[in-house]
Amino acid sequence: MYSDDPWYDALASGWGETDATDAPNAAPPVASEVYLEVQRSAAFQEVRSRYRRFVVPAVAVFLSWYVAYVVAATAAPGLMARPVAGAVNVAMVAGLGQFLTTFLLTWAYARHARLRRDRAALELRWETQELTRVTRGGAS
Amino acid sequence: MTDDHQTLALLLFSVFVAITLAITTWVSRSRHGSAEEFYAGGRLFSPMENGFAIAGDYMSAASFLGISGLIALFGYDGMLYSVGFLVAWLVVLFLVAELVRNCGRFTLADVVATRMRERPVRIALGTSSVTVSVLYLVAQMVGAGALVALLLGGKGEATQTWTVICVGALMVIHVSLGGMRATTWIQIVKSVLLLGGTLALTALVLVRFHGDFDQLLLTAAERSGHGEAFLAPGLKYGGDWTARLDFISLGLALVLGTAGLPHILSRFYTVPTARAARRSVVWAIGLIGGFYLMTIVLGFGAAAIVGPEAVRGSNAAGNTAVPLLALDLGGGADSTGGTVLFAVVAAIAFATILAVVAGITLSSVAHDLYASLRRRRAEPRSEVAVARVAAVGIGVVAIALGLLARDLNVAFLVGLAFAVAASANLPVLLCSLFWRDFTTRGAVWAVYGGLVPAVVLVVLSPVVSGSPGSLFPGVDFQYFPLQNPGLVSIPLGFLAGWLGTVTSAEIPDEAKHAETEVRSLTGAGAV
Repeated sequence: MYSDDPWYDALASGWGETDATDAPNAAPPVASEVYLEVQRSAAFQEVRSRYRRFVVPAVAVFLSWYVAYVVAATAAPGLMARPVAGAVNVAMVAGLGQFLTTFLLTWAYARHARLRRDRAALELRWETQELTRVTRGGAS
Repeated sequence: MTDDHQTLALLLFSVFVAITLAITTWVSRSRHGSAEEFYAGGRLFSPMENGFAIAGDYMSAASFLGISGLIALFGYDGMLYSVGFLVAWLVVLFLVAELVRNCGRFTLADVVATRMRERPVRIALGTSSVTVSVLYLVAQMVGAGALVALLLGGKGEATQTWTVICVGALMVIHVSLGGMRATTWIQIVKSVLLLGGTLALTALVLVRFHGDFDQLLLTAAERSGHGEAFLAPGLKYGGDWTARLDFISLGLALVLGTAGLPHILSRFYTVPTARAARRSVVWAIGLIGGFYLMTIVLGFGAAAIVGPEAVRGSNAAGNTAVPLLALDLGGGADSTGGTVLFAVVAAIAFATILAVVAGITLSSVAHDLYASLRRRRAEPRSEVAVARVAAVGIGVVAIALGLLARDLNVAFLVGLAFAVAASANLPVLLCSLFWRDFTTRGAVWAVYGGLVPAVVLVVLSPVVSGSPGSLFPGVDFQYFPLQNPGLVSIPLGFLAGWLGTVTSAEIPDEAKHAETEVRSLTGAGAV
């Protein structure tokens, strides 16, 4: 089940494997500078922009679709009561549509994160942890 | 109800209690007494297990009893709860779950405290989390009370009072002895039971109407006495603009509240990584979505088969619609099938209440308050001891309030808890994750700026005084027209956060922001 999961492989290794003596002696940076440095790196900015490019539009879409649904239910009950097929009216279709879009967006997000973000984020994680470990004098 | 119902339901419920106690004992066999173990269950649950546990935490009595009851009484307007409760999970999945897992240890305050001065932030968030938890607990207690009243046929308030007290006492035992690991397993068992029960009832409703959903809706509309209007919005929240604004307010609170619920946030720490947290949420969305679709069928089924008058006659707020539906589906009050099905449903509802209560009580608020108030060099073990005592305290307060609020609909009560969570916890969480210039003063103001208006507006609303259905019908200090404060208090929370930030003399720490951003997106340094 976890065979395709880079996080799981990674968890088993990497912790405390670097010996304290391996740390370079030349002026270790402060931990806070490590995070600033990583934040400025191209690799991190790529991960961040991939995350934002998906999440920002997706949040805008589902929130406005939901608010539109709630406002329509209060401000335009006539429209919502219009029959579609048999006893099913516009309101019922819109409500079930909310369920459908939620499932679809969940699937799309999970897929996007798995394919576009996970591997890069994991590499950054180890790099960052290596850097901070050096700053703490090898005490991980 | 006859004695058969009572005996069987009590028997089934005792079996569930025995199972949960066994789980608690078995799990706490090899307990280490560390905070990691008590709050996060050792962080080694799989995404599927955690997904079931999240679903178990979320599918409370409010959903099972409350939503179906509202649909049975008011038709389409009850559906808003189902939709809002589910769509809210997209906020959790997109903006909160992974980032919170990466940055924190046990609670929401851990995330914010990474960037800010620790003490004021922890005290503020601890206070708001306790408030949300108590409100949420009250809803569960009211659900338990309604069920007992139905089971015992209103045989005296003393019995009802004692049941609520017993439910409270039982969950305190679970939480204080078993910690997060036992609570998680109880949630998993409960959500399997609840989903199974709901699935069976839904199937029976659909079989009754020969799989014809259209026929089900038509019968429900006809039986309700409202005709077509039963299937369209407006029965409960139609009419004047106050009621319509109330509907929008509730809608906002539902969709934004989930991401601020302390007991849901602490669930993400029971899995090892952010990726596992994401996968648990995907599991949870699947389970919760399926469950809410079924509650819609059950609600309209109860309207069509039991009828709104019978539902209202049993409990004015509709909390007992589903058990009554089960009785009817099994073959009626005098048949064996009816008795068994009713008992099963009542036992499942009890189990639901018990499990959710346990989950909330454990919402690790003690961690925040203790960490900021403790003396230096306190043992970690003593923090767990304090958490156990805190669980008892929260339980007692919730029992007392639950006895007071017994005539309110549980879904409605949960709506209030969501409004407070969305006003007090969500603004501070989103700002500290995504806003570079956010400061400590902004964080503290965001919490109190959402919490205080939300609570004050509830106190001044028609829920508490000034109308026949309120908690204190005799007095009138109602100055705020809406029942749900979300529409006003959620924007106030964000506004207070912004105001506190721009007025503070503190220069925002760029390095701390970099740390939060890098850690939240990559998982560097996560525990």
